[in-house]
Amino acid sequence: MAAAASHPLARPARARLAALALGIAAVAAPAGAQPNPDPRVGLKAGLMDAAEATWNMRVLSKTPPSAKFLGSTNSDMAFTGNYVIQGSYNGYQIWDITNPSQPSLKIANYCPASQSDVSVYKNLLFVSSEGTAGRIDCGAQGVKEAVSADRLRGVRIFDITDLANPKNVANVQSCRGSHTHTVLVDPKDKDNIYVYISGSAGVRPDAEMHGCVNASPDKDPNSALFRIEVIKVPLAHPEQAAIVSSPRIFNDLVQPATHGMAPDDKAELEAAKAKGAFTAVIFGNEMVVPARMTTAMLDSIVKARGGSGPHTAADSATLRTAMPGIIAKLTGEKPGDDHAGPKPGPTQCHDITVYPAIGYAGGACEGYGLLLDIKDPMHPVRIGAVADSNFSYWHSATFNNDGTKVLFSDEWGGGGAPKCRASDPKQWGADALFTIDKGVMKFQGYYKLPAPQTANENCVAHNGSLIPIPGRDVMVQAFYQGGITVFDWTDAAHAKEIAFFDRGPVDSTRMAMGGSWSVYWYNGVIVSSEIARGLDVLELQPSEFISRNEIDAAKSVKLDYLNAQGQPKFVWPATFSLPRAYLDQLERGKGQSADKIASARAGLDAAEKLSGSARAEALNKLATQLHTDARSATDAPKAHTLAFAVGDLAKATK
Amino acid sequence: MHRIHFRSTMATGAAALLLLAARGAGAQAATKPATIDYVAKARADSARLPYTEADVYFMQGMISHHAQAIVMSRMAPTHGASPTILTLCGRIINAQTDEIKVMQTWLADRNQMVPEAKPAPMKMKMNGMVMDMMMPGMLTDAQMKSLDAARGLEFDRLFLTYMIQHHQGAVAMVKDLFATDGAGQDELMFKIASDANVDQTTEIARMQKMLTTIVLENRAP
Repeated sequence: MAAAASHPLARPARARLAALALGIAAVAAPAGAQPNPDPRVGLKAGLMDAAEATWNMRVLSKTPPSAKFLGSTNSDMAFTGNYVIQGSYNGYQIWDITNPSQPSLKIANYCPASQSDVSVYKNLLFVSSEGTAGRIDCGAQGVKEAVSADRLRGVRIFDITDLANPKNVANVQSCRGSHTHTVLVDPKDKDNIYVYISGSAGVRPDAEMHGCVNASPDKDPNSALFRIEVIKVPLAHPEQAAIVSSPRIFNDLVQPATHGMAPDDKAELEAAKAKGAFTAVIFGNEMVVPARMTTAMLDSIVKARGGSGPHTAADSATLRTAMPGIIAKLTGEKPGDDHAGPKPGPTQCHDITVYPAIGYAGGACEGYGLLLDIKDPMHPVRIGAVADSNFSYWHSATFNNDGTKVLFSDEWGGGGAPKCRASDPKQWGADALFTIDKGVMKFQGYYKLPAPQTANENCVAHNGSLIPIPGRDVMVQAFYQGGITVFDWTDAAHAKEIAFFDRGPVDSTRMAMGGSWSVYWYNGVIVSSEIARGLDVLELQPSEFISRNEIDAAKSVKLDYLNAQGQPKFVWPATFSLPRAYLDQLERGKGQSADKIASARAGLDAAEKLSGSARAEALNKLATQLHTDARSATDAPKAHTLAFAVGDLAKATK
Repeated sequence: MHRIHFRSTMATGAAALLLLAARGAGAQAATKPATIDYVAKARADSARLPYTEADVYFMQGMISHHAQAIVMSRMAPTHGASPTILTLCGRIINAQTDEIKVMQTWLADRNQMVPEAKPAPMKMKMNGMVMDMMMPGMLTDAQMKSLDAARGLEFDRLFLTYMIQHHQGAVAMVKDLFATDGAGQDELMFKIASDANVDQTTEIARMQKMLTTIVLENRAP
C-alpha cells in the first residue's frame, strides 16, 4: 500500500502534545461535528497565558513581539519568500518563518505610524501612515502643530534589497493619509506598479499640503473627498513615486434599496425636466418632486390667492420659487449651511482588494461595496455597487478564486469594540456574501463568528484570505479577540465554520485591545498577527470537513509573495494530492458512487507506484475512464474536473 | 534571577526586569509569564503621546452627545418607527453605548473628570473662554419634546432630520479637534475621533437617503 494517505486522519494527540509543551491548557475539540458546548466560551484570561481552544487547527508557534514592539499594537502583514513583514503602530518587524515552529526575527524597524499596514513587491516595502502623530523622521514624539512640515500621512516606501537594512527611499504624502493601501501590478506595464491609497481620516489643511480641499466636489472639483489616490511607482526609481490620479469612483452613487445595484436616475431626471416636472435639490441631489405632491402644493397656492379651479402659469412660477423652502422645511436641511455636508455616498474606501487576474477590484467603501473594473490601473471605473439593509460599514473585500463571488466584511465598531457578545445580532459585524454574475452582485447571506465572546474582548469581522483548497471556497479570517475562524462559503447562502482558534480575553476586568488583526494562509501555514501577543503560526488539521489530501493540495500552491489586498489567482500544480482531494470531495458530497471512487483511488495508487512513461500511460488510461464515469456522476462537473486533473498529472509526468 | 537581552537595546525605566526570549513553541520560559504582562503594560503606558485640554473636552463633550443620541434612538420602538429606522436605532444605541464606555475609560485612565452618560451641557472652549454649552448639533428641549410627541412616519421624518443635525454636530466636533494644535495625537484618541467621524458621516448619508424617500414618496424608507 502506498505511503501517501488517501483517507483523512485526525491528529488530536499531536495537538495535545504541542499544547503541553507550551504549558498552556489548550482545549482541542475533537474532530467531528461543531463542538457543543463551544470551548471558546469561558476561556481563562491573560496576556501571554490565556487559555486556548482549537478545532481542526493546531498552533505551531506563538512568538511575542521584540522589545521595542512589546506593548504596541501589531497590525497587518505581508509576505515575501520565507519572510513575514508584520506591521505595528511602532513600525514593522520582519520574521523568518522558514521553520514555522520557530520564527526568528530578522529586523525590527522602529518608525511609529498608525496603522502601518504593509505591502511588498520585489525589493519594495510600502507602509501606510494615517495618524496625525506620524513623523517623516520616524520619531516617537508626535507632531504637536495642526500644520507641520514634520508630519507624514501617506505611504512610506522602503528598499528592502537588504532585508536587514531597509532604506526609506520615498515618502508619498496624501491629503487624508493612508489608512491602508493596495499594490496593483499591471501585467501590461513592466516598469511601474501602482498603489491605491485608501484614506479614512480627516483632510489635511491646505497650509500643510497644498491642494487638499475638504469641500464637496461640486463645490470644488479638487476635493479630497470622493476619490481614491493612485500612486505610480517606477520600479527602477522608486524615489520618484508620486500620486498620478485621483479617480472619482464615488460620483453619483444613489442609495440602492437593499442589496441591489445602484440605479442610474440621471437620464430619468433629464427626461422629466424636459416635460416640465418640478425638481428640488435634496442633500445635494436634484430630484423630481412627484405629481402627487406638486398638485397639492399648487392647490394650496391657488387657495392662498383666493382663487379656484386649475392653476395658472403664474402659480407654477410661484411654486418653483417656493419649492426649495417647502422641501427644506420637510428635510430640516439648512441651505447654505456648511454643515450640510458633502453629497450623499461614501467619501472614501476603507480598503480596496484588487484581483488583477480577473480584472476586478472590490472596494469596501463605508456603506457601499463597490465592484471596480481595473483593466486600466490608473483609472479604475465603478461598474457595480451594493449596500446593506443592516447598515453595514464595509471594511474589506475578498473574492473567491473563480471571481464568481465577493465577500464584504463589516468592521462595525472599528475593531476596538466587543461586537460578538451573545446580545449582538449575527448580521452586524459580519461578512456579507454576494455572487457576481456579469458584473452584477447579488446578496446571498451573512457569516459571523458563531461563538459568543465576552464584553471585554474587541471582536468583529476583520482581515483574512482564501485557503487554496481546490474546488471549494474556504477562507480563514480574523475576528480580533474572537480569534481565528475558518469557514466554507462554497454555498454562499449557507457559509459554515470548519475550524477555529481562540484565546481567552487579554484582561478579564476591562476591555483591553488584543486579538488577531489579520490572519492569512501562506505557503502551507496560517499566520496571524496578534495585536497584543505577537505572531501566531498555525496549520490546518484533517477533519470530516477537510481531508489530508485537500490540505496537501492547498499546500502545493506556492507563492513568491503575498499582499492580501492584491489577491493572487491560485493555480494548482499537478500533484497526486489534487485528484485525491477531488475524490474526497466527491465522497463527502456523494457526487459519485462509492465503488467508482474506490476504483479511482486504487488506480491512482497503482499509477503512483510506477514511474516515467509507464506512469503517464496508466494515468492517461485512468483519466479516460474517469471522464466516462463522470457522465453518470451526480456531480458531473466535479467528476470531470477530477478526470482533467488526472490528465494534467499524466502530462506533467516525465 | 538572570536577565535575557534582546538583540536591540532595551528601554530603561524600571528596575531589574525579566523578559521572555522571543522564541516559538517548545522553548523553556525563563521567567514567569506575569512579568511580560508588566513590561507590555509599562511600554504601552510610557509610549502614550501627550494629550491636551482639547482632547479632554472632546471626550467629555462626546459622551454627552452620544448620550442624547441614545435617548433619541430609544424612542423608536414605542413611537411606531418603521423597520429600517428600528434597525438604524439599534445600531446607534449599540455602537454609541460601547463608545461611551471607551471614552469614559480613556478619561479615567488619565485621571480626568468622567461625566455620567447624560445629555447635559459640557465644557467647551470658545474664543479662549471655557463655558458650559450643549455640544454642536444637540437637540434643544423643544426639539426633544417634538420628537417625543411624534408617531409613525412623522416620527421617522423628525428622527431623521434631528439625527442628521446631531451627527453633523459630531462631525464638526472632530473637525475642530484636529484643527487644534497638539490634539488627536494620542493613538486611541485619534482612533475614537476618526472612527466616529467615518461612522457618522456614513450614517448621515444613509439617513439623508431615507429622509428623501419619506419626503418625496410618503412611505417608510
